[in-house]
Amino acid sequence: MNVSTILIILLIGAFATYFSGDKLASKVALLFSLAALGCSIVLLNNYNAGENISVINSWINQPKISFALNGDGLGLAMVLLTAALTPIIIFSSFGNEYKNAKGFYALILFMAFAMAGTFLAADGLLYYIFWELALIPIYFIALIWGNGDAEERRKAVVKFFIYTLAGSLFMLTAFIYLYTKAGSFLIEDLYKVNLSACEQFWIFLAFFLAYAIKIPIIPFHTWQANVYQKAPTVGTMLLSGIMLKMGLYSVLRWQLPLAPIAAKEYMYIFIGLGIAGVIYGSIVALRQKDLKKLLAYSSLAHVGLIAAGSYTLTLDGFRGAVMQMIAHGFVVVGLFFAAEVIFRRYETREISEMGGIRTQSPKFTSMFLILVLASVALPSTFNFVGEFTVLYSLSQINIWFAILGGTTIILGAYYMLRMFQHVMLGETNSKVFADVTLNEGISFAVIIAVLLFFGFYPKPITDLITPSLENILQVINKN
Amino acid sequence: MNTLIAITGLGIFCLLFEILNLRKAIVPITILGLLGVLALNYCEFGTEQSYYNNMIAVSKFSTAFSSLFIVLTIFLVALSHNFYQNHPTKISDYVAIKVFLLAGAVAMVSFGNLAMFFLGIEILSIALYVLAASDRLNIKSNEAGMKYFLMGSFASGIILFGICLIYGAMGSFDISDIHESALSAELPIWFPIGMILMVIGMLFKVAAVPFHFWAPDVYEGSPALTTALMSTLAKVVAIATLFKLIAGMNFISSLDNQDLLHTFEVIVVIISIASMSVGNIMALRQVNVKRMLAFSGISHAGFMLMTLLTVSASAGVLLYYTTAYALAGIAAFSVILYVCRDQDNEDITNFHGLGKTNPLLAAVLTASLLSMAGIPIFSGFFAKLFLFNQTIQAGYIGLVIVAVINSIISVGYYFKLIIAMYSKEPNQERTGRPFLIYATAVVSIVLNIALGLFPSLVLDLLK
Repeated sequence: MNVSTILIILLIGAFATYFSGDKLASKVALLFSLAALGCSIVLLNNYNAGENISVINSWINQPKISFALNGDGLGLAMVLLTAALTPIIIFSSFGNEYKNAKGFYALILFMAFAMAGTFLAADGLLYYIFWELALIPIYFIALIWGNGDAEERRKAVVKFFIYTLAGSLFMLTAFIYLYTKAGSFLIEDLYKVNLSACEQFWIFLAFFLAYAIKIPIIPFHTWQANVYQKAPTVGTMLLSGIMLKMGLYSVLRWQLPLAPIAAKEYMYIFIGLGIAGVIYGSIVALRQKDLKKLLAYSSLAHVGLIAAGSYTLTLDGFRGAVMQMIAHGFVVVGLFFAAEVIFRRYETREISEMGGIRTQSPKFTSMFLILVLASVALPSTFNFVGEFTVLYSLSQINIWFAILGGTTIILGAYYMLRMFQHVMLGETNSKVFADVTLNEGISFAVIIAVLLFFGFYPKPITDLITPSLENILQVINKN
Repeated sequence: MNTLIAITGLGIFCLLFEILNLRKAIVPITILGLLGVLALNYCEFGTEQSYYNNMIAVSKFSTAFSSLFIVLTIFLVALSHNFYQNHPTKISDYVAIKVFLLAGAVAMVSFGNLAMFFLGIEILSIALYVLAASDRLNIKSNEAGMKYFLMGSFASGIILFGICLIYGAMGSFDISDIHESALSAELPIWFPIGMILMVIGMLFKVAAVPFHFWAPDVYEGSPALTTALMSTLAKVVAIATLFKLIAGMNFISSLDNQDLLHTFEVIVVIISIASMSVGNIMALRQVNVKRMLAFSGISHAGFMLMTLLTVSASAGVLLYYTTAYALAGIAAFSVILYVCRDQDNEDITNFHGLGKTNPLLAAVLTASLLSMAGIPIFSGFFAKLFLFNQTIQAGYIGLVIVAVINSIISVGYYFKLIIAMYSKEPNQERTGRPFLIYATAVVSIVLNIALGLFPSLVLDLLK
């Protein structure tokens, strides 16, 4: 058994879901996503037992492109994140009715397939193909099943698609250029290429464009809030929970090791951009009236910090970034799900129209509160571990970075708690808020359990990712 | 050679059908006949032979491209059945003209002599003029035929003039003779001038900027099936022939000897960039789908012209690109034929809600547009990848960056159509599930995806 099994399960799952008809689609999709999760856990065991779970097959001879999947700790951690979030996301949608559900769930699984492929690919071109493939399902999910005015949605989604495609095409150019130097797209061959500082600068920039748009880093974030708001909640969860991690992961895996000189030279600029995102995202989040938009901007702030951590080029920064990626993935899915739960009952996303939920549903309130606190990195949650490690690594570069980056916690606490106050507390709302259903409760419980468990005991994840991060650091520091 | 004879025989056979009153059988029998021709052509693959004093020279290049043309003709003939339903008395003429057109196309890639080349291009062009004007009661179709004829005959004249100059310089029409003497140190200036005139004439046929002005009007005015033919088969034939002319006459090394190579390359780069950009920018503003695809075809011509910069190595890349482009084009046009069969125009509004009424066809059109836009797993992506790879290796990184920017622009108009299909409400009933249209659409897109998964199948043919 090797890592391609996960991809095969997800791909077959996508087709099976499509052909199972509208009624069964959601259950079939859940089944296959759970199978993928089970498979990735087995693979994790095998990997920890020292088994080789990578695949390498030749695919196209000229130019030399291989079907190479590499299951190292970092890739596996990200695949686990994908495999764990996909069933949660699918399960969270069980309360909703979708037109043409078979297409909807098939696209979700297909997207999970493409994203898992992105995390595993060890060949530049294969990686690029998965990267682009992940874009198509989310485009259709947001376009067809999204909410709000159709015309505005169309604009937002097309902007998103053209932005991301534009970025990634420059990445493709960079890959082809590297190929002409290395004679192969395999990642280890690409790592060996010696480039001059000038070449590295352009390669770095091309990759940066692709990733900065996807993550998003200021000033390439303008697509984000609108798409998050217009997409159906499932799409928002996929985007914010997993897809933007593709960009962050790629920074570590591809951008930094391929252009280390440029990365070192321009480190301050890119950390600065990340931190600017933190501050900008937090301040804009303060003023949002729409719950989903507020969460979108808070997400912008958090990923800005993760990006800054990655660009520090220290082991702590890398480790903190990866842990925060996972933590943020779970917490943001939970928060968007909470927004969806409210929407199911109140049919609104305007914060001003909510309030007084606590008296009607204490269970939901406490779960929401835990998620909010996790999102502002309260100690004992997983987010604290991640965010703290990143801030520590920033402080080693320059104490001011850490101080400015730390505003994410302060401002974050301010806007999140204010949001919580307006949404949950206050006078009892005249509209009835039914308590959470069992299905909704299970989704919340799983997410909270993960966040708390790793908050107390992050060692399994650190052990998993540290060796591969050390390898990457070694490549960066080789010259 | 056998292929060419068989195709001509099949064309004459098609004409007889009308006399024998076997109209109903004409489409299936022609398809079967063309499949037979394809098999025949396959047998010739790998042999290098010349016939009739080197009038026809069969090579890997010619057989590979001929196979592509035959496959495309099969699709186009299959689409004829539904398209000409309202003109039952003329269908055998139309099918026969398509088969003769194929004969011209095959002659154009397997010529060994410039006279044969000119014969081929005239057979192809005259068939196209007739087809463009074939909806004879429609004023737009008449306009298209007339415009195309005037422009096309100009181009033919220029090509003929070029051939004369080359003959004056070389004293021969024979490609292999020219190939040898092109390297001699003292060449009269007539040779490059004649070549450039031929290239200009072919660029007319390819519809590359600045010789593209006929394309949008002719595409829009012609009957939709003819547009499909022009934008897939005719364009592919023209670019393949242009490639063969330049490679076959040793033009590049000859220019190199005379220190003119750099000028030529600059010209190709400029034409390529101009075609891509003008095509894409104009396409953004179109509401008529046929016109939009005409401009998109112009931009694709710009991409294909990039292969002329690396003539010695890029025959395989050109074959792959043209195959990917033409298959996507056939798939797209079969959906357009279905959607617009009872409409008097081909505006985007006709496509509203296709995703709800005909999910399969909408998916096919989406896939073909994604392929043209160069999104992975469709062969259009690999076509662009191989092309960019080749071009970067030859050192034209600036050109590739322009091409990349153009790929981004092209997404804008391709997605306009996709959005219309999925996010608007259907505004008309779409009844009937014509088998041949569905089959053509599905088979061509499946071939397109299969080539995306296994690009080596086509890419390595010309090694």
